[in-house]
Amino acid sequence: MTAALRLDGLSKTFPVGRGWLGKPTASVKAVHPIDLTVPRGETLGIVGESGCGKSTLARMLVGLLPPSTGSIEIEGAALDTADPTAFGKRIQYVFQDPISSLNPRKTIRQVMEAPLRHLHGMKRAEREARIREIFADVNLREEFLDRYPHEFSGGQAQRIGIARALAADASILILDEPVSALDVSVQAQVLNLLADLKGKRDLTYLFISHDLAVVEAVADRIAVLYFGSVVEIGPAAQVFAAPRHPYTKLLADSAPVVGRPLTAPEAKGSELPDPLNPPPGCAFAARCLRATEQCRSTVPRLDDTGDGTRAACFHPLDAPTA
Amino acid sequence: MKFLTLLARNRLALGGGVVMALVVLLALVTPILPLADPDVTDTARRFLPPFSEGALLGTDHLGRDLLSRLLWGTRLSLAVGFAAAISAATIGAAIGIVAGYFGGWLDNVVMRGVDMLMAFPYILLALAIVAALGPGLMNALIAVAAVNVPFFARNIRGITVGLAHREFVDAARLSGLSDTRIILSEVLPNVVPVIVIAMSTTVGWMILETAGLSFLGLGSQPPQADLGSMLGEARAALISHPHTSIVPGAMILIVVMSINLLGDGVRDALDPRLKSGALSRPRAATLVERKGPVPASEGRGLLEVQDLRTEFHVGPRTYRAVGGVSLHVEQGECLGIIGESGSGKSVTALSVMGLVASPPGVITGGAVRVEGEDMIGTPYRRLRDLRGRKVAYIFQDPLATLHPLYRVGDQLVEAIRAHRPIGRAEGRAKAIELLEAVRIPNAAKRISDYPHELSGGMRQRIGIAMALANDPDVIIADEPTTALDVTVQAQILSLLDDLRRSRGLAIVFITHDFGVVAQLCDRVAVMYAGRIVEEGPTASILETPCHPYTARLMACVPELGEGRRRLEAIPGLPPAVDKLPPGCAFADRCAKARAECRQGEIALSRAGPRAVRCLYPETPVMEAAQ
Repeated sequence: MTAALRLDGLSKTFPVGRGWLGKPTASVKAVHPIDLTVPRGETLGIVGESGCGKSTLARMLVGLLPPSTGSIEIEGAALDTADPTAFGKRIQYVFQDPISSLNPRKTIRQVMEAPLRHLHGMKRAEREARIREIFADVNLREEFLDRYPHEFSGGQAQRIGIARALAADASILILDEPVSALDVSVQAQVLNLLADLKGKRDLTYLFISHDLAVVEAVADRIAVLYFGSVVEIGPAAQVFAAPRHPYTKLLADSAPVVGRPLTAPEAKGSELPDPLNPPPGCAFAARCLRATEQCRSTVPRLDDTGDGTRAACFHPLDAPTA
Repeated sequence: MKFLTLLARNRLALGGGVVMALVVLLALVTPILPLADPDVTDTARRFLPPFSEGALLGTDHLGRDLLSRLLWGTRLSLAVGFAAAISAATIGAAIGIVAGYFGGWLDNVVMRGVDMLMAFPYILLALAIVAALGPGLMNALIAVAAVNVPFFARNIRGITVGLAHREFVDAARLSGLSDTRIILSEVLPNVVPVIVIAMSTTVGWMILETAGLSFLGLGSQPPQADLGSMLGEARAALISHPHTSIVPGAMILIVVMSINLLGDGVRDALDPRLKSGALSRPRAATLVERKGPVPASEGRGLLEVQDLRTEFHVGPRTYRAVGGVSLHVEQGECLGIIGESGSGKSVTALSVMGLVASPPGVITGGAVRVEGEDMIGTPYRRLRDLRGRKVAYIFQDPLATLHPLYRVGDQLVEAIRAHRPIGRAEGRAKAIELLEAVRIPNAAKRISDYPHELSGGMRQRIGIAMALANDPDVIIADEPTTALDVTVQAQILSLLDDLRRSRGLAIVFITHDFGVVAQLCDRVAVMYAGRIVEEGPTASILETPCHPYTARLMACVPELGEGRRRLEAIPGLPPAVDKLPPGCAFADRCAKARAECRQGEIALSRAGPRAVRCLYPETPVMEAAQ
């Protein structure tokens, strides 16, 4: 079976500062080369804290940002030009802030028609039928079509955002923090809707979030990002329940959970490494209790730790003895 | 329509609009009025004073009818002024949009060119253009338009740069729109109001500039009249026959004045910042219009809120943000307030120290007692003395609450100085001590950092340090960790927990996260649509929630360690607080709702430490209290 999405050495480096004649004086590696394969029909959760490169990765995947190196392959076909129209039919994006992803001066009908007209060149009658079908799928009433974005609540606006992504008829959706701007009671509605749509339309999801519990609830596999690299990837049921990378463990221990006493999992007020001056070895070494000399000088590779999980660590935590 | 009503509310703009409409009307009907030919000279009748026979406004130095010349001249000046404004706006906006949208080297080249144009003095540049092209009205128009292009280009570029990075532009790109289409259908409609505002405020200026060029003899050529050339020709007779100058001069004054008044009105009516009321400065303390008696103190807690009601009055609508909230917190206790957005939890917190913005906020009832003293309706001087010293706040976004241009140490010292005089050295020592108290490494160095030099977690520590600066008894923390990463959140929460234990602080912690409440708070109050629907000890509520809303809210939050599953969603949305239903506000979303739930007040029924506002609770409150 061909993979829905395959990334080969995908990376992004941003130039920083401006010297004489506009030449950049330094560069920041926002995403280190990533290899990733997502089988068709899977939900891959991507978690990480702010600044870990998850949004940069997402923007490269939909063609809004040209990658510095590497290639993106969708269902066996390579897509290496940063041209959103080439990407649009195969991979779509759902934005974090549903209201600001809708033009305040356009009706919902105009928003919905854009992908149908420009990506698929549909005629008017066809477009009408298609919009009706999609709106039924995302539980929106057709009377909403002639209203403007400011008339909607966050949850409704996010359904519209999902409807727009579906209109492009892409088989892969990048969901970039799709529920973090929503209230918890509405968040569950949207998450359930996404689960229903996936079954009905045979979609593949990349679900990006900072909320570990949400990712665990929706994903088949989870990739943990730290400082622009995947540090651990494995089945959703294992990643947080039995973390192998010390950073994953720190994340899991930090999440507030009912019934767990409050402790600071990290005593020292350590900060993220400086992107302008990255450490030579493992980026997590300065915060890690298990770090050795090897960790500080050599970058660990993402290796199989057995039981289907892969972690980029020289001294991974023990597998649970079950 | 809304635009016109807003405009009409501005009396000066309305007056300007009426005068302008009259002038434009006169200019339009000039060709059909029974006027003398404006260009026919009659030297026998030169310098006739106003109100002479056959010449209502008199005649000029060549005996031409001034009224006729004035009307024809006004017509020409207005036409040239508007044409210049429209061409300047079109060309300038096009340059600005292209430069702002594409950015990069194109932006650099274009905008440096525009900057160079702007570096020349206005009138000198216009003179140079006319000198190069030769005198004449058309060339004057080109000159005036050209000198105004940079103004539009810079204005519109700034707006476009902001728009080009908005998410809806990315979304349009993903929908397959080309750059041209994005500019025309996504960017332009959002820029048009700005163009209109810029035009309405500059068209008067352009009429003046055209008149200036004509006055110098570079614009309209004799015998053609425009307001500037009329003034220029009358200059020689300024002393002997002043009416020849006064007539065109007064018209210029009327035209420019009315256009500017109207332009200001248009800008005010179109500017979205004015619509939201952000420019009307809020009062120093929330307006209090207490209806009904002040509830008597029950003497509970360090901070006691009784039947607090806060409303927002916006136009004809009343939003009941807080509809009778009572709570209290003891020394060393942490009370959690949990609810969704719009549940009134933040407004409750801000009402305590009168920090709700007025207008539109009004406290309409209840009492807030700090150590027994009622804060509602306290004179501002007293309120200010207590803010920060007795009750301090920590807000959600530390980047928004810290001043970006001052060093964090100076801001800390300022917070202390608001309550007691403190010397330089002592202030510095105290600031370092505070930063150490919130566990900022390298405190002595960090106090001279600016807010943008610190990470989100460090900034929130500064926010906490500032709240601690005057040793308050109560700290109200409004979602202090929502904007932070989980690892940082864990650090901040444990810091707050340590502080309350070591300093005996009372904390009111506002959040939407049950996990946080469970770890930090002793008691919790659940709010929905401006009221407390359930209250009690945290562990007890988490174990046996009584109110259906609490139970369902807990069920729909995914929790780490439960694995992949379908979540229990609550159907529908919370009610709008300006249209609250009678009875229980949750009834429409509740599976257990019956007819009784939708009528009349539902009281908070108490049993021991637990309280619930529900007729058919999940577990009877008596049982839950056991």
